Amino acid sequence: MSEAVSALNGASFAGLARVEETGLGGMITLRGDFTSAGFQAAVKAATGCAVPELRKITIADRGAVAWMSPDELLLLVDYAEAEAVTASLAEDLAGEHHMAVNVSDARACFTVSGAAAREVIAKVAPVDLAPGQFAPGDFRRTRFAQVAAAFWLDEADVFHIVCFRSVAAYMFNLLSTAAHPQAQVGVYS
Amino acid sequence: MLILQCPYCGVTAEETELHAGGEAHLKRFGPGSSDDDFHDYLFMRENPRGIHLERWRHVSGCGKWFHAARCTQTLEVFGTYSAQTTEPPQQIKDAISAKRPGWSWRDVSG
Ligand SMILES: [Zn+2]
Repeated sequence: MSEAVSALNGASFAGLARVEETGLGGMITLRGDFTSAGFQAAVKAATGCAVPELRKITIADRGAVAWMSPDELLLLVDYAEAEAVTASLAEDLAGEHHMAVNVSDARACFTVSGAAAREVIAKVAPVDLAPGQFAPGDFRRTRFAQVAAAFWLDEADVFHIVCFRSVAAYMFNLLSTAAHPQAQVGVYS
Repeated sequence: MLILQCPYCGVTAEETELHAGGEAHLKRFGPGSSDDDFHDYLFMRENPRGIHLERWRHVSGCGKWFHAARCTQTLEVFGTYSAQTTEPPQQIKDAISAKRPGWSWRDVSG
Protein backbone atom coordinates (compact mmCIF):
# COMPACT_ATOMS: atom_id res chain seq x y z
CA MET A 1 0.00 0.00 0.00
CA SER A 2 1.21 3.50 -0.77
CA GLU A 3 2.37 5.79 2.00
CA ALA A 4 -0.41 8.24 2.84
CA VAL A 5 0.58 11.86 3.43
CA SER A 6 -1.49 14.85 4.44
CA ALA A 7 -2.17 17.68 2.00
CA LEU A 8 0.41 20.14 3.33
CA ASN A 9 2.90 17.86 5.10
CA GLY A 10 2.31 19.52 8.46
CA ALA A 11 2.83 23.12 7.37
CA SER A 12 2.72 25.68 10.17
CA PHE A 13 2.66 29.43 10.63
CA ALA A 14 3.30 31.53 13.74
CA GLY A 15 1.76 34.98 14.01
CA LEU A 16 -1.02 36.34 16.21
CA ALA A 17 -1.89 32.67 16.66
CA ARG A 18 -0.20 29.45 15.69
CA VAL A 19 -1.69 27.76 12.62
CA GLU A 20 -0.79 24.15 12.00
CA GLU A 21 -1.82 21.44 9.61
CA THR A 22 -2.07 18.47 11.94
CA GLY A 23 -1.52 15.64 9.49
CA LEU A 24 -3.69 12.68 8.69
CA GLY A 25 -6.83 12.20 10.74
CA GLY A 26 -9.21 9.26 10.60
CA MET A 27 -12.73 10.47 9.82
CA ILE A 28 -15.92 8.50 9.33
CA THR A 29 -19.23 9.96 8.25
CA LEU A 30 -22.01 8.10 10.01
CA ARG A 31 -25.69 8.67 9.30
CA GLY A 32 -28.58 7.00 11.05
CA ASP A 33 -31.17 7.34 13.79
CA PHE A 34 -29.56 8.92 16.89
CA THR A 35 -32.36 7.62 19.13
CA SER A 36 -31.77 3.98 18.22
CA ALA A 37 -30.08 1.96 20.99
CA GLY A 38 -28.19 -0.03 18.37
CA PHE A 39 -26.86 3.16 16.78
CA GLN A 40 -25.75 4.56 20.12
CA ALA A 41 -24.00 1.29 21.00
CA ALA A 42 -22.21 1.21 17.66
CA VAL A 43 -20.92 4.77 18.12
CA LYS A 44 -19.74 3.88 21.62
CA ALA A 45 -17.99 0.74 20.38
CA ALA A 46 -16.29 2.64 17.56
CA THR A 47 -15.00 5.61 19.52
CA GLY A 48 -15.64 5.18 23.24
CA CYS A 49 -17.94 8.23 23.04
CA ALA A 50 -21.62 8.81 23.56
CA VAL A 51 -23.70 10.42 20.79
CA PRO A 52 -23.15 14.16 21.31
CA GLU A 53 -25.83 16.72 22.05
CA LEU A 54 -26.87 19.28 19.44
CA ARG A 55 -23.78 21.11 18.04
CA LYS A 56 -21.40 19.44 20.51
CA ILE A 57 -18.42 17.14 20.28
CA THR A 58 -17.72 14.34 22.74
CA ILE A 59 -14.09 13.39 23.15
CA ALA A 60 -12.59 10.23 24.67
CA ASP A 61 -9.13 8.62 24.65
CA ARG A 62 -9.76 6.53 21.55
CA GLY A 63 -11.66 9.03 19.46
CA ALA A 64 -14.26 11.74 19.27
CA VAL A 65 -17.77 12.18 17.88
CA ALA A 66 -19.13 15.43 16.49
CA TRP A 67 -22.73 16.49 15.78
CA MET A 68 -23.00 17.33 12.06
CA SER A 69 -26.78 17.41 11.54
CA PRO A 70 -29.86 15.75 13.08
CA ASP A 71 -28.98 12.49 11.30
CA GLU A 72 -25.23 12.74 10.75
CA LEU A 73 -22.19 12.34 12.98
CA LEU A 74 -18.50 12.74 12.26
CA LEU A 75 -16.42 10.07 13.98
CA LEU A 76 -12.78 10.99 14.58
CA VAL A 77 -10.44 8.06 15.06
CA ASP A 78 -6.82 7.18 14.46
CA TYR A 79 -6.04 7.38 10.73
CA ALA A 80 -4.68 3.82 10.64
CA GLU A 81 -7.83 2.51 12.34
CA ALA A 82 -10.42 4.26 10.19
CA GLU A 83 -10.92 1.48 7.65
CA ALA A 84 -11.32 -1.21 10.33
CA VAL A 85 -13.66 0.96 12.43
CA THR A 86 -15.81 1.65 9.35
CA ALA A 87 -16.05 -2.08 8.70
CA SER A 88 -17.05 -2.89 12.27
CA LEU A 89 -19.67 -0.11 12.20
CA ALA A 90 -21.21 -1.74 9.15
CA GLU A 91 -21.26 -5.04 11.03
CA ASP A 92 -22.72 -3.55 14.22
CA LEU A 93 -25.42 -1.72 12.26
CA ALA A 94 -26.35 -4.52 9.87
CA GLY A 95 -30.11 -4.52 9.41
CA GLU A 96 -30.43 -0.95 10.64
CA HIS A 97 -30.91 1.95 8.21
CA HIS A 98 -27.54 3.72 8.21
CA MET A 99 -24.51 4.84 6.21
CA ALA A 100 -20.87 4.65 7.34
CA VAL A 101 -18.15 5.94 5.03
CA ASN A 102 -14.43 6.41 5.62
CA VAL A 103 -13.81 9.98 4.43
CA SER A 104 -10.31 10.39 5.95
CA ASP A 105 -8.55 10.95 2.63
CA ALA A 106 -11.08 13.58 1.57
CA ARG A 107 -10.22 15.87 4.46
CA ALA A 108 -7.56 18.15 5.90
CA CYS A 109 -7.15 19.05 9.57
CA PHE A 110 -5.78 22.22 11.17
CA THR A 111 -5.36 23.71 14.61
CA VAL A 112 -5.31 27.36 15.58
CA SER A 113 -3.96 28.07 19.04
CA GLY A 114 -2.68 30.94 21.13
CA ALA A 115 -4.08 34.09 22.68
CA ALA A 116 -5.58 35.50 19.46
CA ALA A 117 -7.03 32.21 18.20
CA ARG A 118 -10.64 33.37 18.72
CA GLU A 119 -9.99 36.53 16.77
CA VAL A 120 -8.34 34.66 13.90
CA ILE A 121 -11.36 32.37 13.50
CA ALA A 122 -13.82 35.23 13.95
CA LYS A 123 -12.24 37.09 11.03
CA VAL A 124 -13.11 34.35 8.56
CA ALA A 125 -16.30 32.66 9.87
CA PRO A 126 -19.80 34.13 10.50
CA VAL A 127 -19.89 32.74 14.03
CA ASP A 128 -20.04 34.50 17.40
CA LEU A 129 -16.71 33.60 19.01
CA ALA A 130 -17.01 35.65 22.18
CA PRO A 131 -15.68 33.51 25.06
CA GLY A 132 -19.14 32.95 26.59
CA GLN A 133 -20.70 32.13 23.23
CA PHE A 134 -18.30 29.49 21.96
CA ALA A 135 -16.89 27.21 24.63
CA PRO A 136 -14.81 24.01 24.81
CA GLY A 137 -16.91 21.10 23.52
CA ASP A 138 -18.88 23.30 21.11
CA PHE A 139 -18.86 22.18 17.49
CA ARG A 140 -19.92 24.22 14.49
CA ARG A 141 -20.26 23.66 10.76
CA THR A 142 -19.95 26.86 8.79
CA ARG A 143 -17.87 28.49 6.09
CA PHE A 144 -14.35 29.86 6.46
CA ALA A 145 -14.35 32.70 3.92
CA GLN A 146 -15.26 30.87 0.71
CA VAL A 147 -14.96 27.22 1.76
CA ALA A 148 -17.01 24.85 3.91
CA ALA A 149 -15.47 23.94 7.26
CA ALA A 150 -16.28 22.53 10.67
CA PHE A 151 -14.50 23.41 13.88
CA TRP A 152 -14.49 22.84 17.59
CA LEU A 153 -12.67 24.08 20.66
CA ASP A 154 -10.95 21.65 23.03
CA GLU A 155 -10.34 21.91 26.77
CA ALA A 156 -6.87 23.38 26.15
CA ASP A 157 -8.42 26.30 24.20
CA VAL A 158 -7.14 24.98 20.88
CA PHE A 159 -9.40 25.31 17.84
CA HIS A 160 -9.54 22.28 15.55
CA ILE A 161 -10.66 22.79 11.96
CA VAL A 162 -11.70 20.21 9.38
CA CYS A 163 -12.18 21.02 5.68
CA PHE A 164 -12.01 19.30 2.33
CA ARG A 165 -8.53 18.24 1.33
CA SER A 166 -8.92 19.96 -2.04
CA VAL A 167 -9.03 23.35 -0.29
CA ALA A 168 -6.29 22.68 2.28
CA ALA A 169 -3.88 25.21 0.75
CA TYR A 170 -6.63 27.84 0.62
CA MET A 171 -7.46 27.17 4.27
CA PHE A 172 -3.83 27.40 5.38
CA ASN A 173 -3.27 30.66 3.50
CA LEU A 174 -6.54 32.07 4.81
CA LEU A 175 -5.74 31.28 8.45
CA SER A 176 -2.15 32.48 8.08
CA THR A 177 -3.32 35.78 6.61
CA ALA A 178 -5.85 36.23 9.41
CA ALA A 179 -3.05 35.49 11.91
CA HIS A 180 -0.58 37.92 10.31
CA PRO A 181 1.40 39.68 13.09
CA GLN A 182 0.35 43.11 11.86
CA ALA A 183 -3.34 42.18 11.50
CA GLN A 184 -4.41 42.43 15.13
CA VAL A 185 -7.87 43.80 15.88
CA GLY A 186 -7.99 42.97 19.57
CA VAL A 187 -11.74 42.48 19.61
CA TYR A 188 -11.69 39.78 22.33
CA SER A 189 -8.69 40.99 24.34
CA MET B 1 -28.38 41.27 6.19
CA LEU B 2 -31.00 38.56 6.54
CA ILE B 3 -30.66 36.35 9.62
CA LEU B 4 -32.65 33.11 9.94
CA GLN B 5 -32.63 30.52 12.70
CA CYS B 6 -32.21 27.02 11.30
CA PRO B 7 -34.92 24.84 12.89
CA TYR B 8 -32.70 21.74 12.62
CA CYS B 9 -29.44 22.81 14.25
CA GLY B 10 -30.63 25.94 16.04
CA VAL B 11 -27.91 28.16 14.58
CA THR B 12 -28.83 31.79 14.05
CA ALA B 13 -27.36 31.88 10.58
CA GLU B 14 -26.69 34.96 8.55
CA GLU B 15 -27.43 35.05 4.87
CA THR B 16 -23.99 33.98 3.65
CA GLU B 17 -24.33 30.64 5.44
CA LEU B 18 -27.65 29.97 3.69
CA HIS B 19 -28.87 29.30 0.20
CA ALA B 20 -32.23 30.53 -1.08
CA GLY B 21 -34.46 27.81 -2.46
CA GLY B 22 -37.36 29.78 -3.91
CA GLU B 23 -41.03 29.67 -3.14
CA ALA B 24 -42.38 27.35 -0.44
CA HIS B 25 -45.15 24.76 -0.57
CA LEU B 26 -45.22 24.15 -4.32
CA LYS B 27 -47.35 21.20 -5.27
CA ARG B 28 -45.74 19.14 -7.98
CA PHE B 29 -47.70 18.35 -11.11
CA GLY B 30 -45.88 15.71 -13.12
CA PRO B 31 -46.71 13.04 -15.70
CA GLY B 32 -50.44 12.66 -16.23
CA SER B 33 -51.32 16.17 -15.10
CA SER B 34 -53.05 18.70 -17.30
CA ASP B 35 -50.98 21.11 -19.39
CA ASP B 36 -52.33 24.04 -17.38
CA ASP B 37 -51.39 22.50 -14.03
CA PHE B 38 -47.95 21.56 -15.29
CA HIS B 39 -47.42 25.06 -16.73
CA ASP B 40 -48.39 26.70 -13.45
CA TYR B 41 -46.20 24.32 -11.45
CA LEU B 42 -43.20 25.06 -13.66
CA PHE B 43 -43.51 28.77 -14.21
CA MET B 44 -45.99 30.57 -11.98
CA ARG B 45 -44.36 32.00 -8.84
CA GLU B 46 -45.41 34.51 -6.25
CA ASN B 47 -43.31 37.66 -6.19
CA PRO B 48 -44.86 39.65 -3.36
CA ARG B 49 -43.81 42.94 -1.85
CA GLY B 50 -44.56 41.88 1.70
CA ILE B 51 -45.18 38.52 3.32
CA HIS B 52 -43.55 35.61 1.59
CA LEU B 53 -43.07 31.92 2.41
CA GLU B 54 -39.80 30.52 1.13
CA ARG B 55 -37.51 27.52 1.18
CA TRP B 56 -33.97 27.98 2.46
CA ARG B 57 -31.09 25.60 2.91
CA HIS B 58 -28.52 25.79 5.71
CA VAL B 59 -25.91 25.01 3.09
CA SER B 60 -22.75 25.95 4.98
CA GLY B 61 -24.09 24.46 8.19
CA CYS B 62 -26.09 21.33 8.94
CA GLY B 63 -27.11 21.06 5.27
CA LYS B 64 -30.85 20.82 5.91
CA TRP B 65 -33.66 22.46 3.97
CA PHE B 66 -36.23 24.42 5.95
CA HIS B 67 -39.00 27.00 5.49
CA ALA B 68 -39.05 30.67 6.41
CA ALA B 69 -41.83 33.25 6.67
CA ARG B 70 -40.60 36.78 6.14
CA CYS B 71 -41.40 40.17 4.67
CA THR B 72 -39.61 40.97 1.42
CA GLN B 73 -40.12 44.68 1.93
CA THR B 74 -38.75 45.12 5.45
CA LEU B 75 -36.73 41.87 5.79
CA GLU B 76 -38.67 41.20 9.02
CA VAL B 77 -38.61 37.48 9.81
CA PHE B 78 -41.78 35.98 11.31
CA GLY B 79 -40.27 32.57 11.88
CA THR B 80 -38.70 29.45 10.41
CA TYR B 81 -40.17 25.97 10.38
CA SER B 82 -39.67 22.37 9.36
CA ALA B 83 -39.37 21.32 5.73
CA GLN B 84 -41.62 18.32 6.42
CA THR B 85 -44.88 20.18 5.98
CA THR B 86 -47.08 21.32 3.09
CA GLU B 87 -48.33 24.45 4.85
CA PRO B 88 -47.06 26.79 7.57
CA PRO B 89 -47.78 25.62 11.15
CA GLN B 90 -50.26 27.57 13.26
CA GLN B 91 -47.61 29.34 15.35
CA ILE B 92 -46.08 30.81 12.19
CA LYS B 93 -49.49 31.97 10.97
CA ASP B 94 -50.11 33.49 14.41
CA ALA B 95 -46.74 35.25 14.37
CA ILE B 96 -47.58 36.84 11.00
CA SER B 97 -51.12 37.74 12.10
CA ALA B 98 -49.76 39.50 15.19
CA LYS B 99 -47.80 41.88 12.96
CA ARG B 100 -49.89 41.97 9.77
CA PRO B 101 -53.57 41.31 10.57
CA GLY B 102 -55.59 40.20 7.57
CA TRP B 103 -52.60 38.89 5.62
CA SER B 104 -52.78 36.22 2.99
CA TRP B 105 -50.37 34.39 0.70
CA ARG B 106 -51.67 32.20 -2.12
CA ASP B 107 -54.49 30.27 -0.42
CA VAL B 108 -52.92 30.56 3.05
CA SER B 109 -54.17 33.17 5.53
CA GLY B 110 -54.05 33.87 9.24
ZN1 LIG C 1 -28.87 24.11 10.37
